[in-house]
Amino acid sequence: MSTTEPKPRIAVVTFPGSNDDRDAAHALAQLGAEPVAVWHADDELPDVRAVVLPGGFSYGDYLRAGALARFAPVMEAVRALAAGGGLVLGICNGFQVLCEAGLLPGALRPNHSLSFVCRDVPLTVERTDTPFTGRCAKGQRLSIPIKHGEGCFFAGPELLSELEASGQIVLRYEGENPNGSVAGIAGVVNAEGNVMGLMPHPEHAVDPLIGSGSTDGALLLGSLVDAARVSVVEHAAVS
Amino acid sequence: MRATVLVRPKPGILDPQGEAVLGSLRQLGFAVGDARVGRVVDLELENGDREQARADLERMCEQLLANPLIESYEIELVEDA
Repeated sequence: MSTTEPKPRIAVVTFPGSNDDRDAAHALAQLGAEPVAVWHADDELPDVRAVVLPGGFSYGDYLRAGALARFAPVMEAVRALAAGGGLVLGICNGFQVLCEAGLLPGALRPNHSLSFVCRDVPLTVERTDTPFTGRCAKGQRLSIPIKHGEGCFFAGPELLSELEASGQIVLRYEGENPNGSVAGIAGVVNAEGNVMGLMPHPEHAVDPLIGSGSTDGALLLGSLVDAARVSVVEHAAVS
Repeated sequence: MRATVLVRPKPGILDPQGEAVLGSLRQLGFAVGDARVGRVVDLELENGDREQARADLERMCEQLLANPLIESYEIELVEDA
């Protein structure tokens, strides 16, 4: 990396029931960002160019995972940030929220096994030209933990071929499919490429002291920090 | 006015809950060909106008109660006796 300044501010939203917000903030800080805690009831975001919707069980996963969180006041601001080209990353429950909000295609259904899965999984990086995978190599194999009961990504045949054709599939499970996701999809981006959701938890694979010792999550979150830094500089130049 | 909304996984959507229920029913010796598990939402509506209530219910389903990508819904309106 050529520069580590300025320190990009990245918002981390806490919904009632979020439980990985602190881990996400901790990981972002370790990677050189300045995380800013945002409460779901806030109707605006602080001055940021990137926001992370963390994992957890917002609103107890009632009705459908992410279905209630999508109407939280802060989500209007997240939608506006995304529409203006800001970066949005949804991890696990955050991914479910983004799908429910229509900011990402598809839906997340209960795992095929009906079991909660919690383990490190191998992933393949399909695309490196996104703000979330810039530090990765194409085809690179990452080991990152998953922990979810509803991570089965669903897209009908038409939507799936659209996603494949437009290169919106960024991460796939390698080998055994842990939850029954179509085409082994672990992470997708929107058509514009500035909103991403993934079921694996990169924030749990940044500090080698946590989990199995993999730090592959730093490649993904570090990419976001890099992109947020560039976005801050560019945005400042425009305005 | 009261309403009952039935939300079901759409045909073709794999329903692991339904499969688990099916397996258990068969284990109990019942001859069951298929099982699908959905959701029931009972609502008490403050709006007395039937047409308006139906329109509201449609919007409730589209916006929140069902995810139209993966679920279908059915609305039953019940007039108060």
